[in-house]
Amino acid sequence: MKTLNRRDFGADLGLALAAAILLPATTARADDNMDVHIDNFVFQPAELKIKVGTTVTWTNRDDIPHTVVSAGKFRSKTLDTDDKFSFTFTNAGDYKYFCSLHPHMTGMIKVE
Amino acid sequence: MSGHDHGDDGVNRRKVLECMTWAGTGVLWTITGGVPRSLGIIDSAQAATAAAPGMTFLQISDSHVGFDKPANPNALGTLEEAVNKINAMPVKPSFMIHTGDITHLSKAAEFDNADRIISQSKLDVHYVPGEHDFLDEEVKFYRERYGRGTKGQGWYSFDAGGVHFIGLVNVVDLKAGGLGNLGAEQLAWLEDDLRGKSKSTPVVLFAHIPLWTVYPEWGWGTEDGGRALEYVKGFGSVTVLNGHIHQVMQKVEGNVTFHTARSTAFPQPAPGAAPSPGPMKVEDAKLRSMLGVASINFKQNEQRLAIIDTPIQG
Repeated sequence: MKTLNRRDFGADLGLALAAAILLPATTARADDNMDVHIDNFVFQPAELKIKVGTTVTWTNRDDIPHTVVSAGKFRSKTLDTDDKFSFTFTNAGDYKYFCSLHPHMTGMIKVE
Repeated sequence: MSGHDHGDDGVNRRKVLECMTWAGTGVLWTITGGVPRSLGIIDSAQAATAAAPGMTFLQISDSHVGFDKPANPNALGTLEEAVNKINAMPVKPSFMIHTGDITHLSKAAEFDNADRIISQSKLDVHYVPGEHDFLDEEVKFYRERYGRGTKGQGWYSFDAGGVHFIGLVNVVDLKAGGLGNLGAEQLAWLEDDLRGKSKSTPVVLFAHIPLWTVYPEWGWGTEDGGRALEYVKGFGSVTVLNGHIHQVMQKVEGNVTFHTARSTAFPQPAPGAAPSPGPMKVEDAKLRSMLGVASINFKQNEQRLAIIDTPIQG
């Protein structure tokens, strides 16, 4: 049986382009790679919806080091300015994470 | 400055404000009955301190050795300027406390450089760690250098000049969404440490992150700081000295004086005054007026310790 993926579905309806433009940033995407930036002590976007298998890369753009920590799931080294940390999500679920140096900084990755 | 004669007593509020506006920084505070009272600006204040017997110790904080970003490309240099300022003080302090963030990234070379400069003060230094001092993979550099004889993650107490000093660690095991953290083990130790102490013993608590809630939106506070303060409630004189926020803030609540010191590396914005608490870039000419150290004078039979904040320059 042929599986109907999103591109086929969109093409059939002639809406692929419109869907790509209108897709809100937080909606699940099948991209292999997604980025989270740390700016002004904030994870942006604060919540990201991704598909299983997606790799998320965090980049620290502050003048102060940060970390990316999800208890029992992943833990970056200390990220100095412009340092990056990547993690590939192989299991579905909600991953709350925070900066262990500035714990008021929190974020969420929802993996479907 | 000699033109500004405040006399020995009775500086009214307008005069205090005028003094603050004029001097900008460096006001000596004495506190009587919960009302802060300025004795004058730096030089006359230092003269007053020099004339008075008692013990003076220094607080230095947030030296962030290794920091080289635009807010201050040479944090080691300004630390050295602060130490030179200390060495030039008219009264040699009894010792120094460092309220953490000695280094920026916990690199061995940063600790070595910090020690090389701070040791030029030839003072005993009592350290507590900031979150920037526990960043090495094995979290061992701080402990190897400053952890000897301490409990748990590095807390301890000592007595000097009739004052009981307690160094606390509130930068470990922080919880998502929370503030600074002391933890049950440290609180139990603190309660035990204070047990049996005469309530007339002046107590100084020092830790990196403010033990009081300054601005939770930026994490400027300690989750269980209130528990620590309950243990010192019965004491007649309590002074809480913190760093972390890179600016002077003071609050008096009953018998407790809360005070935060300037950084020697870079200033941070006032709470909510910027999008984030990150390093604040100011004009080069202004930087040294926003960095500095604090000296604290204790006199027998006086409830409050007098705190003088001295900028590196200005």
